[in-house]
Amino acid sequence: MTPAAFAFYCFAVAALGGGLMTVVSRNPVHSVLWLILTFLSSAGLFVLLGAEFLAMLLMIVYVGAVMVLFLFVVMMLDVDFAALKGEMAKYMPLALLIGIILLMQLALAFGVWEFDVGAVERAANPVEDVYNTQGLGLVLYDRYFLLFQLAGLILLVAMIGAIVLTLRHRSDVKRQNVLAQMYRDPAKAMELKDVKPGQGL
Amino acid sequence: MIGTDLQIILPEIVLSVFAMVALLGAVYTTKDKAAGLLVWGTAGIFVIVGLWIGTTGDETREAFAGSFVDDGFARFAKVLILFSAAAILLMSQEYLARRDLLRFEYPVLVTLAVVGMMVMVSAGDLIALYMGLELQSLALYVVASLRRDSVKSTEAGLKYFVLGALSSGLLLYGASLTYGYAGSTLFSDIVASSVDGVSLGLLFGLVFLCAGFAFKVSAAPFHMWTPDVYEGAPTPITAFFATAPKVAAMALFGRVMFDAFGVVVADWQQIVAFLSVVSMFLGSIAAIGQRNIKRLMAYSSITHMGFALMGLAAGTVLGVQAMLIYMAIYVVMNLGTFAFILSMEKDGMPVTDIDALQMYSAREPLKALAMLILLFSLAGVPPLVGFFGKLYVLRAAYDGGLAWLAVAGVVASVIGAFYYLRIVYFMYFGEEREPLDRNGSPVLWGVLMVSAAIMVFGVINLFGVEPLAAAAADTLVN
Amino acid sequence: MVEFFTTTNTGILLLILGQCLLVLVPVLVSLAFLMYADRKVWAAVMLRRGPNVVGPWGLLQSFADFLKYIVKEIVVPAGADKVVFFLAPIISLTLAIIAWAVIPFNDGWVVSDINVAILYIFAVSSLEVYGVIMGGWASNSKYPFMGSLRSAAQMISYEVSIGLIIIGVILSTGSMNLTAIVHAQDTGWGILGWYWLPHFPMMFLFFISALAETNRPPFDLPEAESELVAGYQVEYSSTPFLLFMIGELMAVVLMCALVSLLFLGGWLSPVPFLPDGVFWMVVKILFCFFIFAMVKAITPRYRYDQLMRLGWKVFLPMSLGWVVLVAFLAKFEVLGGFWARWATGG
Repeated sequence: MTPAAFAFYCFAVAALGGGLMTVVSRNPVHSVLWLILTFLSSAGLFVLLGAEFLAMLLMIVYVGAVMVLFLFVVMMLDVDFAALKGEMAKYMPLALLIGIILLMQLALAFGVWEFDVGAVERAANPVEDVYNTQGLGLVLYDRYFLLFQLAGLILLVAMIGAIVLTLRHRSDVKRQNVLAQMYRDPAKAMELKDVKPGQGL
Repeated sequence: MIGTDLQIILPEIVLSVFAMVALLGAVYTTKDKAAGLLVWGTAGIFVIVGLWIGTTGDETREAFAGSFVDDGFARFAKVLILFSAAAILLMSQEYLARRDLLRFEYPVLVTLAVVGMMVMVSAGDLIALYMGLELQSLALYVVASLRRDSVKSTEAGLKYFVLGALSSGLLLYGASLTYGYAGSTLFSDIVASSVDGVSLGLLFGLVFLCAGFAFKVSAAPFHMWTPDVYEGAPTPITAFFATAPKVAAMALFGRVMFDAFGVVVADWQQIVAFLSVVSMFLGSIAAIGQRNIKRLMAYSSITHMGFALMGLAAGTVLGVQAMLIYMAIYVVMNLGTFAFILSMEKDGMPVTDIDALQMYSAREPLKALAMLILLFSLAGVPPLVGFFGKLYVLRAAYDGGLAWLAVAGVVASVIGAFYYLRIVYFMYFGEEREPLDRNGSPVLWGVLMVSAAIMVFGVINLFGVEPLAAAAADTLVN
Repeated sequence: MVEFFTTTNTGILLLILGQCLLVLVPVLVSLAFLMYADRKVWAAVMLRRGPNVVGPWGLLQSFADFLKYIVKEIVVPAGADKVVFFLAPIISLTLAIIAWAVIPFNDGWVVSDINVAILYIFAVSSLEVYGVIMGGWASNSKYPFMGSLRSAAQMISYEVSIGLIIIGVILSTGSMNLTAIVHAQDTGWGILGWYWLPHFPMMFLFFISALAETNRPPFDLPEAESELVAGYQVEYSSTPFLLFMIGELMAVVLMCALVSLLFLGGWLSPVPFLPDGVFWMVVKILFCFFIFAMVKAITPRYRYDQLMRLGWKVFLPMSLGWVVLVAFLAKFEVLGGFWARWATGG
């Protein structure tokens, strides 16, 4: 076994195991931690594929930011997951049935893994002889410009949506005025008094 | 290179830039005070862009290596989307303003949703398809829960979001299978890979894609979200849901089926025919028990989607033409009907119970008559325009070798006529109840009358939509 | 012999292990003295004497502390999530160590010279929050939990501006390789060619963000002893606590190394007539560490809302604006490619 193959199996097993444990863990925080392991292993798989830029982005964006917020929420939520799981048990047989059917169908589809001769050719790396960061940059702002900008618009909508649905201008709270705080100086804020001993103010 | 590409997507760029400028302007200046003005301005821009697209000419242009296609089919759908969105904006302005829901984000979100729809109908690539779809859906999820203090509205938004996400998941799954077996996300490449025999994996991808689209057009058996979302969302937004997004999703469905799977028509024909027949019957039968007019319209739209899908199922130029004509007629009918629903009020509060319409004709004979025409048209009673829409799809299905589907369509439309006619019965022969308010903004009155008039006078030549739809269908199929 | 190390798998493995040890051992040993230096600086500012008992001038103080941490009893709070409780300090230390894999100390003196080195460091340092957040949660206690929540929010906020500042440097260099970034600063002008000048305000933003990212004063709110006792570390004792300490200090030194590489020219000599070399790199790291220690000694702690405001409303817009500005300056090669080092051959 080559080192690359060995690394592949390590990452693949970790990714699958992590995914499985995410689903079966009793404690939601553990689930999130397992999910993080899955993400890290997928990043490892990306590295093996030669897509190191993607791997790093996966780590920075998903593991470093998204999952932290996820963990944040899960830790603070007081949801009785055991009760939810109990509820779920009722539907388990049906879910299992659907799952098995889907699995069989997929086995059917992948069992005869035959694609068009042109497929491999089309899926081949379109940009050659450059580092993949550079390659991504070359296609992202040219051929995929529209898609890139649309992704930006989607994020804009998400932001507007979050604000529309949650921002409330409350008039009954006292707000900080940061500038006023910053321009306060001792001369305005306090008064020095010379207190004689034994006299008081 | 990129200059010509940008020129092709110029309408989309104009709309997105407008949305961003409007957003910035409103945030930094007047907040919600300018919302009314912004709504009118947005509608104006929609109409201008619609006219611009409509007069562009008739050549087919591709941008970004084929991931964006600007052809007659896309332009037809875009014009329909833009005009209906403009009409909805005008109709909603007064209703939302009176209920303190008119926030400046509303027209901005609608604009971005429309951009999403325009990308959807022009998609030439699975990624562009998905991006457009998500842009549209995300904006719609937000406007569905615009009345954020009402449990029903937020529930509608959440339900729409969760089921929409599920359907996006199905769609993406299908897209990834398709990509895996075709080796490309471009529709032209997918077609090329299935020319000599389609692989089983590609078929699975097709099925999942169809399921995802069925969710978006609310075709049975993927319709579950429709009644609740229609009922929970504020009425003008329900009206929006019933028109522009449906056109976009239907056009997208047609585009993918023909552009990406055009050589395996027989394979997707059965799926679409199944969706069509189930939607028609389910919509017709389930609507009978509904007393809430918004829920009733939801089931009505499911039925109509079934009919439109019948045109698609035919798999011919005639079928696509029939589908486009049907969608155009459907949009006009729905605009009129929702204009009527928006004006249903008692003591300033919106009413949605159809019992409230008892003996409506005695008080407002003109509006009742207009509504009567619209309902007859929705039911497909000859000689109104709605009947011609149905006639087109039935003929297309029959010509496409799906005679059984055409027969099923006739049966379903007879069943469906019942609940439309019941409303008519209430309006003309019901018993006297507490009357509804005699208000009515001029915009709503105008939209109602115009659409009723179109239903009557359109029978002469369908206002020339027929040859346009034929040309549009021709660019898609050939 | 050479062949064994360059061709066979075992040989390559041994070679890599050797390289790792070569980096790790000096760094770990120097940590002991850096700890001592930190305390000495702090003491000097406060007009105290600092550690002065163990060894000559107290030099061996850190080793005595080390011994103490090792031999004491490990106390695990009842109700703690044991696995996560012990995992947290290990993760904290591991992440602090593995980041060093891509740090070049001299031209070619680097364990792994990858193309996305700077992204790698950024990714690893963004993972460091997990040690804190897991430790705080697993302790099953209020103060640690609040400390970890604070830390999570704080580290994420400042990562954003760190990332944007790094982008500015990448734009100027045209590469994400740290060696290439240092080479780009080698213009023949010595200290004037380093990035601290073209990226002048950003160096300070980076430094301040690094303080927040490593939970150092004045941003040490996660362990604010006056409110939260010691934040996420309250329930830790003995070796796990030591691991947290080492991890934290290593992250600080890593940030010092990063400032040296990105803005202070790495191993380059400040004046053209002196030779470049690892000496300069060490000097620069020590200089940065001295500033870190001084900041700790002379600044009062921030209030939490001020900290967040600074991150999101001051640093983020500034660094974002700087990225846009640098993009223009580099694209049009203003000042003969002062911001576009590929144009000047740097």
